[in-house]
Amino acid sequence: MYEFDWSSIPNALPFLWDGMMISLQITATAVIIGIVWGTLLALMRLSPIKPLSWFAAGYVNLFRAVPLVMVLLWFFLIVPHLLESLFGFPRGSDMRLGSAMAGFALFEAAYYSEIMRAGIQSVPKGQMSAASALGMTYAQGMRLVVLPQAFRNMVPLLLTQGIILFQDTSLVYVSALADFFGAAYKVGDRDGRLVELLLFAGAVYFVICFTASRIVRHYQQKLKTA
Amino acid sequence: MITMNNVSKHYGSFQVLTECSTQVQKGEVIVVCGPSGSGKSTLIKVVNGLEPFQSGEIIVNGLSVGDPKTNLSKLRSMVGMVFQNFELFPHMSIIDNLCIAQTKVLHRTQEVARDKGLKLLERVGLSAQAAKFPGQLSGGQQQRVAIARALAMDPICMLFDEPTSALDPEMVNEVLDVMTELAREGMTMMCVTHEMGFAKRVASRVIFMDQGRIVEDDSKEAFFANPRSERAQQFLAKILHH
Ligand SMILES: Nc1ncnc2c1ncn2[C@@H]1O[C@H](COP(=O)(O)OP(=O)(O)OP(=O)(O)O)[C@@H](O)[C@H]1O
Ligand SMILES: [Mg+2]
Repeated sequence: MYEFDWSSIPNALPFLWDGMMISLQITATAVIIGIVWGTLLALMRLSPIKPLSWFAAGYVNLFRAVPLVMVLLWFFLIVPHLLESLFGFPRGSDMRLGSAMAGFALFEAAYYSEIMRAGIQSVPKGQMSAASALGMTYAQGMRLVVLPQAFRNMVPLLLTQGIILFQDTSLVYVSALADFFGAAYKVGDRDGRLVELLLFAGAVYFVICFTASRIVRHYQQKLKTA
Repeated sequence: MITMNNVSKHYGSFQVLTECSTQVQKGEVIVVCGPSGSGKSTLIKVVNGLEPFQSGEIIVNGLSVGDPKTNLSKLRSMVGMVFQNFELFPHMSIIDNLCIAQTKVLHRTQEVARDKGLKLLERVGLSAQAAKFPGQLSGGQQQRVAIARALAMDPICMLFDEPTSALDPEMVNEVLDVMTELAREGMTMMCVTHEMGFAKRVASRVIFMDQGRIVEDDSKEAFFANPRSERAQQFLAKILHH
């Protein structure tokens, strides 16, 4: 019978907390940049200018067809070299966090772009007609009339994607970056208490994601009845 | 004010407008009617360039709509348009609906736009609703807001596409009353509508369309007394029976 021993967790809490901050930082940047870049991709995809539309379609299809873990590895391996040779960053400086953020943001943008594209298409055509009839340009109509509504309709899906992203940040362990999962693993490994630490980490992920998806569900109901 | 010369439009091989010509003078109220699918909506949407057309010429206030050099956004800001489904912006309050194009297109200050918006809301009898959102208003109220929103741009003419056909019957009159008042004040208007009572009261001319052609373009007296085409006679017989 395995004897559980939770005693190494209390001392490790500050280290785990730092890890959680890294996970949250990666999630926040990837959500924000992902949504902005994803929205731009969606606009390109829907644009009548063919090369833009092809570029966006190619980008989205490429990123959706490769595993996230591979994209992350590309970024860990390639981005530091790029920065080194382009901007003369000192060799060996730690760019794992920056690489992780960039990798996640660019990868998630592909998914956000599909959500925003559906959102834009969910706004009735007449809204753009009305904006145009008032003398707004296409860009003004998009920015002031269509996108706010697309965004509002898609908030639940955008947030749900954010929750998935938060879970996926654990994949940065491939670069030995001490995010929450990585930190828990390191502590468990050091103290020979891997089972306890991973159970604890799992419980934390569960509580955060379950609570967040409850909130999203609640918001979704409110949106439906409004 | 508006001149159309031999305007034709097609979607692929489907002809929506065939050589449509007409003129609208300042202060005239033109009622456009005809069976479903005859091209009425398209006829007024080509006037402000909301729908492109392939041949012919449209001049609005001296500007050629089909000319690629014409600034279409500027032209549209001078031509008011009211849609069948209101198309108020649901994420903005009523007063913001009235201000947004004034500030973003005409570059009026927020205060000037607001004053103007409130005055127009009063005019259509909806001052009390300024802070509400479109979803909280009845259809008739929404359409009156939509008219006020178009008027806020100080348009030189107004286009209406079946403004009352999405409304419950008891709300039709409140919208027609606003339109009648506008017409009496001398606004130049092109209205697609099947409200023949409205046409009899305020129209200067009636245009009857069938299969993409302007079949009749006559004074309302001549149109209602003895329409020349058989198609228009049938149409009138049907619609006046209801
Ligand atoms: N985007 C489009 N592609 C192909 N055909 C179209 C398109 N838009 C309109 N049409 C066709 O053009 C014709 C004229 O349309 P339009 O909307 O101008 O008619 P309408 O007289 O306003 O009809 P209604 O009374 O139903 O509003 C219709 O037969 C319609 O099916
Ligand atoms: Mg129509």
